[in-house]
Amino acid sequence: MAAASHDHDHAHDHDHEHHHKDTFITKYIFSIDHKMIAKQYLISGIIMGIIGVIMSLLFRMQIAWPEQPFAIFDFLLGEKLAPGGVMRNDIYLALVTIHGTIMVFFVLTAGLSGTFSNLLIPLQIGARDMASGFLNMVSYWLFFTSSVVMLSSLFVESGPASAGWTIYPPLSALPQAIPGSGTGMTLWLVSMAIFIASSLMGSLNYVVTVINLRTKGMSMTRLPLTIWAFFVTAIIGIISFPVLLSAALLLIMDRSFGTSFFLSDIFISGEVLHYQGGSPVLFEHLFWFLGHPEVYIVLLPALGITSEVIATNSRKPIFGYRAMIASILAIAFLSTIVWGHHMFISGMNPFLGSVFTFTTLLIAIPSAVKAFNYITTLWKGNLQLNPAMLFSIGLVSTFISGGITGIVLGDSTLDINVHDTYFVVAHFHLVMGISALYGFFAGVYHWFPKMFGRMMNKNLGYIHFWVTAICAYGVFYPMHFIGMAGLPRRYYTNSNFPLFDDLADVNQVITGFALVGAAFQIVFMWNFFSSIFYGKRTVQNPWRSNTLEWTAPIEHIHGNWPGAIPEVHRWPYDYSKPGHDEDFVPQTVPMKDGEEELHHS
Amino acid sequence: MTSLLVIIVLLLVGVAIWQMTKIFDLTQVGANRNRSQIADNKDNNIQGYLMFGFLVFLYIFVIYGLFAWSHLVLIDPASEHGTDYDNLMWITFGVVFFVIAITQALLFYFAFKYRGAEGKQAVYFADNDKLEFIWTIIPVFVLAGLILYGLYTWTNIMFVDEDEDVMYVELYAKQFAWTARYSGKDNVLGKANVRLIEGINTMGVDMEDPNAQDDIATTELHIPKGKKIVFKLRSQDVLHSAFMPHFRAQMNCVPGMVTQFAFRPIMTTDEMRQTEHMIEKVHNINKIRSKKSTELVANGESPLDPYTFDYLLLCNKICGASHYNMQMKIVVDTPEDYQNWLKNQPTIAKTVIDEKIAKAAENAPVATPVIAKKVDSTKVAVVATPIAVK
Repeated sequence: MAAASHDHDHAHDHDHEHHHKDTFITKYIFSIDHKMIAKQYLISGIIMGIIGVIMSLLFRMQIAWPEQPFAIFDFLLGEKLAPGGVMRNDIYLALVTIHGTIMVFFVLTAGLSGTFSNLLIPLQIGARDMASGFLNMVSYWLFFTSSVVMLSSLFVESGPASAGWTIYPPLSALPQAIPGSGTGMTLWLVSMAIFIASSLMGSLNYVVTVINLRTKGMSMTRLPLTIWAFFVTAIIGIISFPVLLSAALLLIMDRSFGTSFFLSDIFISGEVLHYQGGSPVLFEHLFWFLGHPEVYIVLLPALGITSEVIATNSRKPIFGYRAMIASILAIAFLSTIVWGHHMFISGMNPFLGSVFTFTTLLIAIPSAVKAFNYITTLWKGNLQLNPAMLFSIGLVSTFISGGITGIVLGDSTLDINVHDTYFVVAHFHLVMGISALYGFFAGVYHWFPKMFGRMMNKNLGYIHFWVTAICAYGVFYPMHFIGMAGLPRRYYTNSNFPLFDDLADVNQVITGFALVGAAFQIVFMWNFFSSIFYGKRTVQNPWRSNTLEWTAPIEHIHGNWPGAIPEVHRWPYDYSKPGHDEDFVPQTVPMKDGEEELHHS
Repeated sequence: MTSLLVIIVLLLVGVAIWQMTKIFDLTQVGANRNRSQIADNKDNNIQGYLMFGFLVFLYIFVIYGLFAWSHLVLIDPASEHGTDYDNLMWITFGVVFFVIAITQALLFYFAFKYRGAEGKQAVYFADNDKLEFIWTIIPVFVLAGLILYGLYTWTNIMFVDEDEDVMYVELYAKQFAWTARYSGKDNVLGKANVRLIEGINTMGVDMEDPNAQDDIATTELHIPKGKKIVFKLRSQDVLHSAFMPHFRAQMNCVPGMVTQFAFRPIMTTDEMRQTEHMIEKVHNINKIRSKKSTELVANGESPLDPYTFDYLLLCNKICGASHYNMQMKIVVDTPEDYQNWLKNQPTIAKTVIDEKIAKAAENAPVATPVIAKKVDSTKVAVVATPIAVK
């Protein structure tokens, strides 16, 4: 590895322009350059995001105005799925399922982590590229393939997977139980299997790159927190994704080859099925062994981005750098031993519930430390309120208000009555959906100049942030109340329960905020795509940041730096350090005589 | 057509925004061109004030929500452990609101107070062990308290004392209906398995089992106030979840295994109907329903029935297309009323024999149409197959 990268270095030291003959295909499609792959992930993620959000609007409209005909349903879903413009009840569940799957895996895992890990790991640790550019390319194209397979499931005759994104069997295993569990579910499983392969290739690459390819002087305790977050995220992914793969394979066996891993004693459609001895609870264990770490796979990169953006724009060192790393590690460790809190009432032994309550509530400690550290970083700063900074502050806000309700849901006792209600929906959307999206937006606004050499329009960014911030709370704050009123999630309509009649207007308020909030994402989209071509040209280091990526030239070149790889002499958070003229000291600036790295005090 | 209009409107909104930003940009001529699209003094100021404004918005919105929506939240638990549950919930919510109030205020106030300005110097403050120790140790203690209280309550709820005088009732779930099975005089539920489902015996009760002879099946769940009920839960097809929100009770029904949840009801249906909160809630709901009825009648449809409160058992685990309509009425009776009601319910054994006699009388082999062959998964809610209670 080391030898290979040395050869690479030399090649670049001499003439980096002549030995790469890029055709359109190798440059834009099957590129092995991490910067191009990052852009591919970004654009794919945005497209999947648009699809996922539109789906959520459709089913939100159905909940707010149940069984009303809408021309937009007719237009998007067609006469078969929405006869007369009224959404079918199994299609409602299909939309909920695919929305969840797309947002969790395709947008917030691949779109977020894929984009920024690829872009930033080599650039911020001072490497020419990922450890394996080829694996990186394969990883993207597997992700692309899995996206295509997932989207193609929308067009099968019997409908897409409709058993919820958690695909609990037997519902997901039996086409008799719901039509979406036929071909739709097969495609879902195939798509996820490919996705997991892609994710593993990506993660392995990130881990190997961070361990082996750091530039001279870049010790682990000088890594930007973004890299720490991506690094640990990749490790969590490597540990937990294979377990989901095994669950998916066993489910495929049950569905197609008659095994009984998850199924037993089933009587459906007038006949007894042959399955005996399996247990759906086993599937739940396997699923959540990935499912819970997945929350952190989504969230940690967003927190990493926030750490970087908040420090840069506060013109202050991130407060408690070592505590931040310790928190990331603690969260990563705990995240693998808390999965059972999704299963308190699954029928598993209640004693296990006690254990998982204990481990789950412990996660609040490192999370609290992170939140306090962010707030302290703002204290007495010189806050440059760029759009990226607004989104980072927004993230800290939703991370707290979404995360704190975790002490309700993580408590097995309290979970009894709010489990699977809208309270849960509110909780996880705020803490991992909105927070991770804010992290994504912060990252895009902050590193757009690095990716495209141009700036995004700040005023559009401001409009985007404020409307989004208001709408996000407008959607999810009221949801806590209807959840505590006992309203189950995943109900096509609540009109069969007069008990819930008084929740109808709250549901309309929620949908109203959702529609407005989503409409204003068009502002972002506009800003993003038009700035790629017409944005103001950027200077090399627009945010006056310390990290290495801003020492690379604006024009992208293979190998990132035209000459030698920069050497690192300090940690990345020397902002407003006494004894320096500027309020930032890039990592490449050597220590002055007698200067100390203060964060080790 | 409407979609086309929507698309056109969205496009025009897009153009409008684009034009607005152009105007915005033009008004900023003279600003440092080199650093445009990077927040300058003016931006920091405006955004700083907006941060403060957002804090005010958050506080107002949260308080507004508490006034406008907190009456929707379930109070007055109808089970013994429900009181403990609610106490723990309110304590936890105390912590939640306290933390949110403090941290959001600090976050947005700092964002306002320390908004950037030309020439301002940030403080180089990278580390402070004491501070970090404090805000690590405080959550540790608070969480330790919550964990201990939570586990104590959890153990009390989930572990049923073997010596206690309890009553066993089975809740049987299938797409998309609930059935209750009472254990009868012997208080023992007869064996059952889906493989034994035949004709009118839709729960697969083993009719050979002596314990099953006095079992009773019903489509309405009646339980006596003051008696601890141990529910044994089964599912016939997919996962379901028996959710009884007023009792703070929920447990999944898992095909292939029997799960359990127990509680003691402490309020009869009538008593619950008389609580202040419930009177108000029902009144409120009926106002909404009568308004809707007026609309329906105007359109030539039949009006909605007025609502009277009943406890409910809902399905709370996605179980198929008609998941949203899988419910069973629960009635908490006084012990006397309960006994009177139960007396009139025939045993499963009797209905099975009746069916055999009826069949013999017809003297023709007729296939019993117990379960619809194909579950109707489109628009119309599936009507529960009537169980053998007449």
